[in-house]
Amino acid sequence: MEKIMMREMKDNQSGVISAIKVGGELGRRIRDMGLVPGATVKIQGRAPLYDPVAIRVMGFTLTLRNNEADHVEVEVG
Amino acid sequence: MEAKIALAGNPNSGKTTLFNELTGARQHVGNYPGVTVEKKEGTYIHNEDKIHIVDLPGTYSLTAYSEEEAVARDFLVNENPDVVIDIVDASNLERNLYLAIQFLEMGVPVCIALNMMDVAKSRGIEINAEKLSTLLGNPVIPTIARTGKGKKELINAATKMAQERKKKGPLTISYGNDLDEAILEMEKAIKASDFLTDAYHARWTALKYLENDKQILSKGEKSNPSVSARLEKIVEKVSLHLQRTLNIYPEAMIADQRYGYINSIIKQGVLQQKYDQNRLYTSDKIDKVVTNRFLGPIIMIASLMALYHFTFTYSEIPVGWFESFFGWLGDAASTHLPDGLLKSLVVSGVIDGVGGVLGFVPLIMFMFFGIALLEDSGYLARVAFMLDRVFRIFGLHGSSVMAYIVSGGIAGGCAVPGVMATRTLKSPKERLATLLTVPFMSCGAKLPVFALLVAAFFANNEATIMLMITLVSWAGALLVAKFLRVTIIKGESTPFVMELPPYRLPTFKGLAIHTWERTWQYIKKAGTVILGISIILWAMMTFPGLPDSRVQEFENMRETVKMSAEATVIQNLVTIGESTKLSKKVEDLQNQLIVIDRKEAEEGLRNSVAGRMGLALEGVSKWAGFDWRTNIALVGGFAAKEVVVSALGTAYSLGEVDPEETGSLSETLAKTPGWSPLVALSLIIFTIFYAPCFITVVMIVRESGSWKWGLFSMAFNTVLALVLATLVFQIGSIMGILGS
Repeated sequence: MEKIMMREMKDNQSGVISAIKVGGELGRRIRDMGLVPGATVKIQGRAPLYDPVAIRVMGFTLTLRNNEADHVEVEVG
Repeated sequence: MEAKIALAGNPNSGKTTLFNELTGARQHVGNYPGVTVEKKEGTYIHNEDKIHIVDLPGTYSLTAYSEEEAVARDFLVNENPDVVIDIVDASNLERNLYLAIQFLEMGVPVCIALNMMDVAKSRGIEINAEKLSTLLGNPVIPTIARTGKGKKELINAATKMAQERKKKGPLTISYGNDLDEAILEMEKAIKASDFLTDAYHARWTALKYLENDKQILSKGEKSNPSVSARLEKIVEKVSLHLQRTLNIYPEAMIADQRYGYINSIIKQGVLQQKYDQNRLYTSDKIDKVVTNRFLGPIIMIASLMALYHFTFTYSEIPVGWFESFFGWLGDAASTHLPDGLLKSLVVSGVIDGVGGVLGFVPLIMFMFFGIALLEDSGYLARVAFMLDRVFRIFGLHGSSVMAYIVSGGIAGGCAVPGVMATRTLKSPKERLATLLTVPFMSCGAKLPVFALLVAAFFANNEATIMLMITLVSWAGALLVAKFLRVTIIKGESTPFVMELPPYRLPTFKGLAIHTWERTWQYIKKAGTVILGISIILWAMMTFPGLPDSRVQEFENMRETVKMSAEATVIQNLVTIGESTKLSKKVEDLQNQLIVIDRKEAEEGLRNSVAGRMGLALEGVSKWAGFDWRTNIALVGGFAAKEVVVSALGTAYSLGEVDPEETGSLSETLAKTPGWSPLVALSLIIFTIFYAPCFITVVMIVRESGSWKWGLFSMAFNTVLALVLATLVFQIGSIMGILGS
């Protein structure tokens, strides 16, 4: 098991969130959408310019800018 | 019975569909006081039940970070609805319960509509509604809003709750030892001094202090500073402790624990899942194509072109009907009213003004229908996703593109629906920057002005110049947006964190209601503010009229011309119809009279308030190469940009020039001393950037929620336009290019 930031994840790679390293509005928004430690995420794809990233969590699709995904630490197998 | 019910829920949970299903056409849209968030209300009538329903904005949470969430929260506290129906997407239960839990924590009576049961079923998700109801201690009713299934049961359950009006305490969730202890301590302090207890439960206030909720903190500060300070001290202590031991802020801990609580409920046999939760469905397969690196942009351009085509081509026919109707009305008024001020007011002020404004109605209807289609189907979110990288550079949001396109990003749009289209943007700063810069686009009313100037001075490079104009508009709009975002609308960009909802086939009812709402709002505005301003503009271009002595002189000139003609010619002049072939002499006489009329109109305009402004502005405008005639035309352009053309016609004694037929005017301009290709270029630049027409200004005021931004756009844009035009003219003059 290795911990990486969500930005570094490859397409179709899955992992389990281990930490959200940001507070304030951004941290709150990320958590409100279900990105909390323990949640399983899978990279669904990236926009044509490689940013933002689309991820799959709790059965729905969520998009984040890369600089926002930088705050999400994921444990990948 | 009568009851007041609030509808709440996540975006894309089917909330609006349920609202439409319940209220049908019995709804109206307003605004919450002081904010630009829409307030939708309606009535549901069934047997003796008359239920007042308020559709709260769709939210994922109840923080104070966004206007929508604050509004929803305040509504529950201030208006105290009998029941809150929380629409929960059954195919997405975990995330949707997150909001439900927060309602329960507030202690409001909640009835849960477990919506989209059909979608959930098709995804192999089975939900035990009874079990969920027992665990939450609130009614849970399965529904399918699209077909109306479960609607009656839902209303029955809600009205039953409303009748019972049982006071239930707020839901208590454990947030871990440290936080629980702090909450208890805070609750005690809150209860002891009745701190904000008239509005909120003690526990809820404590939670909000822990969540560092700005709104509640400032309320508390105002109500009782010493208790507030004490609470903040407790928060500070536990916060430090949590950071030291777990490296986490209380706010984060609370969100995590809420999801933990939801998870524990779901695991108690509420939810059975046949497939892997993150497996791909049809919608995701569509996305593989639609947001593909190569196909995605092509499909997007095609869709945006289609939207544009749909809005501006198909609306031409009804726009034509409006035009002919108001044309007919104007003619009728012209023939039946006696010559004079009243006629001028009715024809040029009221009918032209209202006609010009209502002429946009079909446009707005078509555009909102198109946008609603893209939005309700889920495609708009994909457009934002794909374009965000580009627009973010300028401090905007991926969703900004729609407003730019509609405003004339593809030449020929209109800024009025463009400004209204910014509603699809949920980020306040990005939205403001977008709506202030969309008027730079080449709208359909600026095109006749460009066409006139290009025909007169750049006839050989027509296509190139028109393309350049479009590019300059885009570059200008994006750069100004960037400028605004680093100066007066500066600040971190709003988090992009956005759901890509599954593709859904929009319902016609939903589209129709949505379109009608927007259109009606526009018509209401048109009937009041816009009519008033249009009369003021008419007055500016009419008053003060020429002094009587001067009018008499023109009359004398006409008499002299007539006197010199033969009696039979005069006779013919009076009786000629349009089809009669005129004899040479009659024609000559008529032309002489027309020349006098036009001279009089020119002098009248010069003497009017607008004309005097034009003259006064010559001191400044001469640096950009404009004389007073151009200035008057530009002042007139504030009414509507195509007026620039007709006003130039009057100022050059050519009579009223039809914006569609500018041949004679462009010939005149090309020959007039003082005009050169350089002046034309400078005027083109000025026209792109200067103050939007007043209808757009009124819409900016409406959409931004403040007159301040309307006035700003008038002043800022005009100064910017003047600076740019002056630069073009001065640099061009010095370098000696494009001079005549």
